[in-house]
Amino acid sequence: MDIQETIRQQVTSNHIVLYMKGTPQFPQCGFSANAVRILHTLGVRDFLSMDVLRDPELRQGIKDYANWPTIPQLYIHGEFVGGSDIMSEMFQSGELRQLINR
Amino acid sequence: MSRMTAIRERLADLEPIELQLLDDSAAHAGHAGARSGGGHFRLRIVSAAFAGKHTVARHRMVYSALQNLMTGDIHALTITALTPEESNSL
Repeated sequence: MDIQETIRQQVTSNHIVLYMKGTPQFPQCGFSANAVRILHTLGVRDFLSMDVLRDPELRQGIKDYANWPTIPQLYIHGEFVGGSDIMSEMFQSGELRQLINR
Repeated sequence: MSRMTAIRERLADLEPIELQLLDDSAAHAGHAGARSGGGHFRLRIVSAAFAGKHTVARHRMVYSALQNLMTGDIHALTITALTPEESNSL
């Protein structure tokens, strides 16, 4: 299965998916750490996290999938939401909580 | 040409009325992404071109203007993209 199809299945078969550097316990980048912190603050513990540092093909593939050049990337209900800055903005405005609880 | 100049020149395509660019690279020296040579930057850009567009679309416009800088020269970019009206209301 090609990487784009693998990603499509990951994001559509899981409610919330975070592509990040490192793991939620040990993020390897401040932006990924911020993304995890926001999800945890919203009470979201049950999400699929994918460590792109473990898989170069995934690391490039996810950039192509959303046509978005940076990591982390958050997906909810199969839809690309954004990266760390956008998560921060949407967290502050309350939009992210609505999207997650929808 | 410095990276900062290169970034500013590419962003001119968005016809910004305000553009603040900070090089945060020193704060990230030594971490994995910094070792590969890419810089950490913080951008505040105000342009009428962002009117009527969601944040994701605005960030895509910035990334698109930066083109290949995103794959090497820039490791991380924190973006605040506002319309002139939004900037005035802050």
